[in-house]
Amino acid sequence: MNHKMKAAALRVSALAMAAALVAPAASAQGVEVTVVSGAVGAAVANFDALVAPWEERTGNDAVLVPMPASTTDQFGQYRLWLAAQNGDIDLYQTDVIWAPQLAEHFVDLTQVATEAGLIEQNFPSIIESQTVEGKLVAIPIFTDAPALFYRTDLLEKHGREVPTTWAELQETAQFIQDAERAEGNGEMWGFVWQGNAYEGLTCDALEWVKSFGGGQIVEPDGTISINNPQAVQALETAAGWVGTISPEGVLAYQEEESRGVWQTGNAVFMRNWPYAYLLGNGEDSAVAGSFDVAPLPMGEGEGAQSAATLGGWNMAVSRYGDQQEAAIDLALYLGSAEAQKQRALNEGNLPTIQSLYEDAEILEANPYFARWQEVFQTAVPRPSAPTQGDYNEVSTLFFTAVHSVLSGEEEAADALEDLEADLEDVLE
Amino acid sequence: MTTTISANPERSRGRETSLQSQRARAAFWFLAPMLVMLFFVAAWPLFRSIMFSFTDAEANDIFTGGSEWVGFDNYLSWRVRDDGSIRWRGVLADADWWNAVWNTIRFAFMSVALETVLGLLVALVLNAEFKGRGLVRAAILIPWAIPTIVSARMWGWMLNDQFGIINDMLLTVGFIDSPIAWTARADTAMIAVLMVDVWKTTPFMALLILAGLQMIPRDMYESAKIDGIHPMKVFFRVTLPLLKPALMVAVIFRVLDALRIFDLIYVLTPQSEATVTMSILSYRELQQFGDYGEGSAQSTLLFLIIALFVLLYIWLGRVDLSGERSK
Repeated sequence: MNHKMKAAALRVSALAMAAALVAPAASAQGVEVTVVSGAVGAAVANFDALVAPWEERTGNDAVLVPMPASTTDQFGQYRLWLAAQNGDIDLYQTDVIWAPQLAEHFVDLTQVATEAGLIEQNFPSIIESQTVEGKLVAIPIFTDAPALFYRTDLLEKHGREVPTTWAELQETAQFIQDAERAEGNGEMWGFVWQGNAYEGLTCDALEWVKSFGGGQIVEPDGTISINNPQAVQALETAAGWVGTISPEGVLAYQEEESRGVWQTGNAVFMRNWPYAYLLGNGEDSAVAGSFDVAPLPMGEGEGAQSAATLGGWNMAVSRYGDQQEAAIDLALYLGSAEAQKQRALNEGNLPTIQSLYEDAEILEANPYFARWQEVFQTAVPRPSAPTQGDYNEVSTLFFTAVHSVLSGEEEAADALEDLEADLEDVLE
Repeated sequence: MTTTISANPERSRGRETSLQSQRARAAFWFLAPMLVMLFFVAAWPLFRSIMFSFTDAEANDIFTGGSEWVGFDNYLSWRVRDDGSIRWRGVLADADWWNAVWNTIRFAFMSVALETVLGLLVALVLNAEFKGRGLVRAAILIPWAIPTIVSARMWGWMLNDQFGIINDMLLTVGFIDSPIAWTARADTAMIAVLMVDVWKTTPFMALLILAGLQMIPRDMYESAKIDGIHPMKVFFRVTLPLLKPALMVAVIFRVLDALRIFDLIYVLTPQSEATVTMSILSYRELQQFGDYGEGSAQSTLLFLIIALFVLLYIWLGRVDLSGERSK
């Protein structure tokens, strides 16, 4: 969920930098582990409490250096630090798609994670996303997967079921939109999502393609699979929503714009990340208590399935850090059930450890978590593993092509054929 | 001081040269720190960029070396596909790059033209004497004072298709019957960007032009008035020619600025093909893709294109000036 991280705390960073410089004398025996993370306010505030048990147990210190800017800028900065073999930072909090691009700079955690039992506790798809050529690059600390948000009150009012296919969604959305508009609710839209040309569109479009059985752009073995009839059908379906059940402006929407339409009560369906659940039930929300979530619909044809793009964050240990051993230990702790539970309770982050979804305490604090377990069963990773260092370029080519199809500048079949050739150029 | 020397060029030429070279030496030592600074912050990075553009450097290896010299491959090269067809690659064969060049030039031309005309109008108004002029002069600078990122965000919400105030106003007045997705549609994205840039930069243009206007001696207007010449004629025959040097400088500033536009477009219509500019492509290549070779090639081309425009502009400006002199 990129935008959430973008709201990182500028003012704290100077303070933390200062702390990082001054702190070494603090504990006599222990060492100091420096963690860099582009976290939201709650994560910065919660960090001390989160690492306190680890600090007590080991006698070490964990210092957080919060990054001020967007995930994209964080990525650029981290890559420069790592390329320069900077020894100041021991642990990096990494986005789910970064691992393969930065793999060569991180320590292989396969063995330690196996010994700690983390491999078997985590969702297999999440571990897979952090594994590059058999090497576990980072330990998952929390995760993210989108779902279909739907208005229970409107579906009930118009006697409709929760759609399980895109065709049903389109039909239901159109029906309710027309009916509501006929009743004078002129601003009602059927379905809002993220159509802006950015990383988020890669997530949305990957779900459409995968749900129609059209593969995952570049397959795990490196085959470029995007130019196929099912993918064409998926994009044509989505292009058909623009201007009918989705406002034209959806082509400029990121997460927050779609949430804006949804939360003011002007949409029947929304595709979004879990963060919108708590906010949607907030006091200022027009849809509080009158919506629920379900897995995203599936397409049709061979191999059709529901698909949700995997998001989430992980801890990677720098090969160049001064305190590698302690850093590995801290990474294992942050990925453990104990730390993930603390995060779930205090920051509302979705755990990556399966058993925590049955934890009574967590479910009491976040009742919607139970529904996400089902969503994770259909999680699909972005093709960051097979494309490695070229992922950003691949993703940009993909969302640019998709955006031109959605906006009607190009036919889906032509766009995907060109995309295939462009991807060959990048990946050959 | 200089006048005494140059006024008597015949006398004591030897003393003059030694004095001059002494002065030149002193001047050089005073300038040296500045030259060293300029070398490190301008010449060296420029040189490095150009060097990178001839290598296959990646973000991961720029510190450790390991990149190889590839000649002009980043600019233009080709590869044979499996089916025997040839695919051209490199920046010069990249349709996205030429799209960005065209966008940038279109944007620069239209925004500078609009800002110059509007800025001139505003400057003429501000040059007139009226009550509260100081306040108005200060107030008109507000758009320029707001950081671009902030104003781009602000306009982003104002132009929003569902809750934007611009659509609301146009709907209320009845100019449109359904909201326009300004930043999303390919045909309105450039208009939206131009609108915000003109709003932001016209005050800056007005200020530069106002400074030029105030240099024009008042008595020229007074004599024109006494002669009973029509104000329009005064404007075209007196104000505009005398304003020309200031106007030229203002336009060149703005053209340079507009050709490297990044922030406004990056925030308002991120990566939309209808508005993507050379700077955005180059940023993407360097920072997001980590491809220092091709990104540097794009930066180098951007540098060359801007240099070309400046030379062209200065050259055209001179031709025009000499044409006037011959009249």
